[in-house]
Order: sequence, then C-alpha cells, then structure tokens
Amino acid sequence: MDFVQNFPFFSIILSMFSGIISSVLPKRAAKWVNTVMIILVGIFSFILLFYMIGRGNSYTYMMGHFPAPWGNEIRVGVLEAGMALFFCIIMILSLFGGRKKLDEELEESKHSLYYILADLMLSSLLALVYTNDLFTAYVFVEINTIAACGLIMIRRNGRTIEAAVRYMIMSLLGSGMLLMGICMLYDLTGHLLMSNIHEQVSALAVSGEYHVPLLVTIALMSVGLAIKSALFPFHAWLPDAYGYSTVSSAAILSSLVSKGYIFLLIKIIYRVIGIDVFDGSRIIDMLFAFGLMGMIFGSLSAIKENDVRRMIAYSSVAQIGYIYMGIGMGTQAGMEASVFHILTHAATKSLLFIAAIGLTDVSGGSRKFIDLTGAAYRNRWAGVAFAVGSLSMVGVPLFSGFISKLLFAQAAVQNHVKMLPALIVLGISTVLNAIYFMKTVIRIYTPVEGTGSGEGVTFKNMKIYVVTLVCFIILNVFLGVSSQPVVNLIGQGLAMFS
Amino acid sequence: MGANLIANYGEAVAMVLFVIGFMNLLLQKNLIKKIIGLNIMDSAVYLFLAEKGYINGRTVPIVVNGIQDVETYINPIPSGLVLTGIVVSVSVSALMLSLTIRLYKRYQTLDLDEISIRLRKEGL
Repeated sequence: MDFVQNFPFFSIILSMFSGIISSVLPKRAAKWVNTVMIILVGIFSFILLFYMIGRGNSYTYMMGHFPAPWGNEIRVGVLEAGMALFFCIIMILSLFGGRKKLDEELEESKHSLYYILADLMLSSLLALVYTNDLFTAYVFVEINTIAACGLIMIRRNGRTIEAAVRYMIMSLLGSGMLLMGICMLYDLTGHLLMSNIHEQVSALAVSGEYHVPLLVTIALMSVGLAIKSALFPFHAWLPDAYGYSTVSSAAILSSLVSKGYIFLLIKIIYRVIGIDVFDGSRIIDMLFAFGLMGMIFGSLSAIKENDVRRMIAYSSVAQIGYIYMGIGMGTQAGMEASVFHILTHAATKSLLFIAAIGLTDVSGGSRKFIDLTGAAYRNRWAGVAFAVGSLSMVGVPLFSGFISKLLFAQAAVQNHVKMLPALIVLGISTVLNAIYFMKTVIRIYTPVEGTGSGEGVTFKNMKIYVVTLVCFIILNVFLGVSSQPVVNLIGQGLAMFS
Repeated sequence: MGANLIANYGEAVAMVLFVIGFMNLLLQKNLIKKIIGLNIMDSAVYLFLAEKGYINGRTVPIVVNGIQDVETYINPIPSGLVLTGIVVSVSVSALMLSLTIRLYKRYQTLDLDEISIRLRKEGL
C-alpha cells in the first residue's frame, strides 16, 4: 500500500484534532492552527488527486482492523480527492476574506471558538466526502449541522439566533428522515457499508421483492438531504441565516455546507441505491420538478428583495435548484453538469458574499440598494469582484457560470422527456438572474455627486481582502476557461463511483 | 397485510410515533413543544432499530458459560447504532434548548412566529 493512501484519514483526523487543540489555545494561535491545518489538508488532497489520476481506479481504506462487511471504511476516487481540495480552497479564501469583519463583529472571547467550529466543519465535510459507511455519514451530517448552527449564531443579535433556530429545526427534520431511511435500508439489506448495500439493493431490484419499502427508503433519504441542502420549498431558513451571520460564515454556509449534503446525495444515488434503480423510481422526477420550481421562485424572491445580502442568499435557492435539476435528469451528462455547478456555485457565491461586504462597508454599513448607489467607485476592488461574480452567475462566457449552463443545456438535450421543461426554465431563470444581478451591478456603478474615488479604501489597508478577491476571480475564470479538464475529471470520478 | 401488521406491531408503533414527532417538530409554534417533538421522533427511530434488532428467544451478545454459538445471541450492531444515535440526539437537544433559552431571555416568548414579527418591527 502506498503511503499516499493514508492521506484521507490524515486529513480528517488532522482537522478534527486541530479543533480539539484550539479549545485550549489563545485567539491568535487558534487562527494560525486553523490556517496551517487547512493549507496542509489542501496539500494532502492535491497530492492525493494527482495520485488518483495516475492510479486510474478507486481504493478503499480500512479503518481499524476489521475487514469489509464488519469494519468501517474510507473510499477514495478522483472526485472525492478533487472535492476535498476544492472545499479547502473555498474555506481558506472565505476565512481570509471575512477576517477583518470577523475581528470587528465578534466578541473577543468568541474568536477561538469560531476557529474551532471552522475546523470541525471542515473535518465533517471531509468525512462526508470520503466515508463509505452510511451510519458514519449520518453522524458527520449531525456534526456538520451543529458546527453550521454555531457559525450562524456566533455573531450575537436577535436575527442570528432566530435564524439559527429555524436552521436547526429544518436540519433536524431532514436528518430525522435521513436517519429513518438509513435504518430502513439497514433492515432491508443487513449492511451499513455502501458497496455491500449496493449489491443487496441490486438483488432486491432484480427480484422485485420489497419494492415499496425500497421506494420509501429512497424517498426518505433524498427528501431528508434535499431539506438539509435547502431545496426550494424548504428554504425558509436560508435568507436569514445567510443574510445576518458574519460574512465568512455566510460564504462557508452557502458554498460548502449545502454542497456537502448534495455530494452525499450523489454518492448515495451512485454507490448505495445504484443509478439504475434510482432512475426507475419516481423520486428522480420529484427532485427534477422541485429543482425547476426552485430555479424560478428563488429568482423571483431575489428580485423582490431590497437587501443585497438577502438577495444573494435567495439566489442560492435558485442555484441549488439548478443542481437538483441536473441530478433529476438521470443521465451521466446531467450529473456531470450538477457536479460542475457545485464547483461553480461555491466559487461564485462566496465571492459575491465577500464582495458585497466590501460594498456595504463603504456605504455606511447599510445593505439597502438605495444606499449602495455608486459603491463600486468607493471600493473599486469589491466593485470589480461583485461584477465578475454577477456575470458568472448570469452565465456570461469566460466565467464559470456559462460553462455550467452550457453543460445543463447539453445534458437536457439528451433526455427527450425532460428536455423541453428544462430548457424553458433554464432560459427563464437566466433572464431572471440577469434582472436582479444586473440591477445591482448598474446600481453600484451609478456615480453619485460628491463622492471622491476610493476615499479611505486603498490597497494598503485591505491587502488580504483584495488578494482574496483576486484569488476568487482567478478561480472563477479558471473554471470558465479551462473547463474541459475539470469536466473530464468529474466524468472520470463519476465512472469510479460505480 | 393485517397479519403482517400484527406480527410487526412494534415497527408499526415506531412509525406512528415517528410521524407524531415529525409533525410536532414541523408544526408546533412553541419551541419547547418542538423540542419534545424532536425527541419523540428520534426515540421512534431507536425503537424501530431495537425492535428490528431483537430476535425472539436470543439474549444479549455477552459470552457466558463459554457458549459461543451464533444462534444464542442477537446482533449487537443495531444496539450499538441506537447508542450512537442517542448521543447525537442528546447533544442536538441540548443545543436546541440553549438556543431557546437565549431567545426567551431576549424576547420573553417561546412563540417563533411572534419573534419573527417582532424582528421585522425592529427592522434589524
């Protein structure tokens, strides 16, 4: 066995233990432990990704000394390693971009707690990405929920506590359904490891036995994870949670937490239920339909919104709808488009949140559109970054959003039944996206009388912030320009799933 | 159908409890009642697992008197899952209760809708 194969285990343990150690460290040390840990995990994942590309097939890693049907396992393929790397990049950029704001908004005693929560968040995300055991996945889903709740409520005001309560209630409903689904699946098959369950489920599907219980199980797990990742009718908690928490939390929550659940769902579809059985059930059409509704209603709510951060939050609802639409198409191409959109949305939405905070800061802290007029002249870097993010979300070529829309459209053409609704809604949603994002961009670039350019906001006093924004823009353009290798990798990773 | 239901009455009860808990968590306005609903829902899952994991006539998997026959004992994994699940649900309930205390101290009410209305009035 190569030494590199230990890296997933190291990454999970490293992030978890840095969380534990940080609880006794002072603020500065906790910050450094967090930064170093994320960079280390990122390097591990990067090496692992190249190792996996060279290796060409996936491997399982035994946790403890019990072999397959009894013990716990980690499973690694190209997609898992790539996702881990991507999560690390987004996480560190989000933390850097919001660091100044973090120092202002949090009480002094809460800082090290914030980094503990970020460490735990990363470790649970990595575990969700790598695990091959359903019950382990459930436990880490709960850890993820608790860490996310902490990240929301750490900035103390009435809104965040209310948002955290609403988030917890929806999350708990989702994880209750997920747990019930896992228990029923365990009853039907007698296994908890994904590969063993998959064999049994295929056998059940062939023999036609337990058809209804199997369907109920699939429904429970899909709906549970859909609730947790804020698919359209279950998104009520989202605008408050993203809109009022501190900016790093909003970026992490929107770009990583919901993506972790969606990635788990994709894993369950491929590795537990099997794509054929999942295609054969009606659940896939339900995901497709709710995805389409989310794309439209999320955008409509965003247009009505008068608060820039809540608008970005509502736009997340629409983008999550895109991802579920891709999953709901039930083709390989649709799934590839969904995974690519996970990357696109994560890179763009965190950029938008962090750019928006720069704009509101120079507008007297107000988030109303009327006060944002001309904000891009007062903070040029944030203005450019916000424009890039908006163009990417709308789907202008050169940026990543264009590629994911292209992939969705290509995938839709392959599915004759779902082609028409998918293409129509894709078109409508793009227009709606353009309305609210372009409205904002025009607003921030409308000059107002009496404001000098860039007063007080220079490159010097916000170096880290500007570097973060530039990194985000590069990431976006990279995904948009050299998309083919990324898409190939995603295809290779999905092929390794089965 | 009816015979199956009677034979598996434990699972049926667990399902009914799950739905009761779920609906309470979803629809109650009072936060404490919501948390009670959450606990009913989680307990229902554990009841389901325990009921499924038990086989009539077998005992707990602790080797006594040197009997190592597989037929004597039940599978310990469902019980282990129940224990893990209980730990998770205890910590989640604790978190929910602490959040409830914070909200109550701030707004002197446990009604989530009323809190939302007040927040909107504050215009925060």
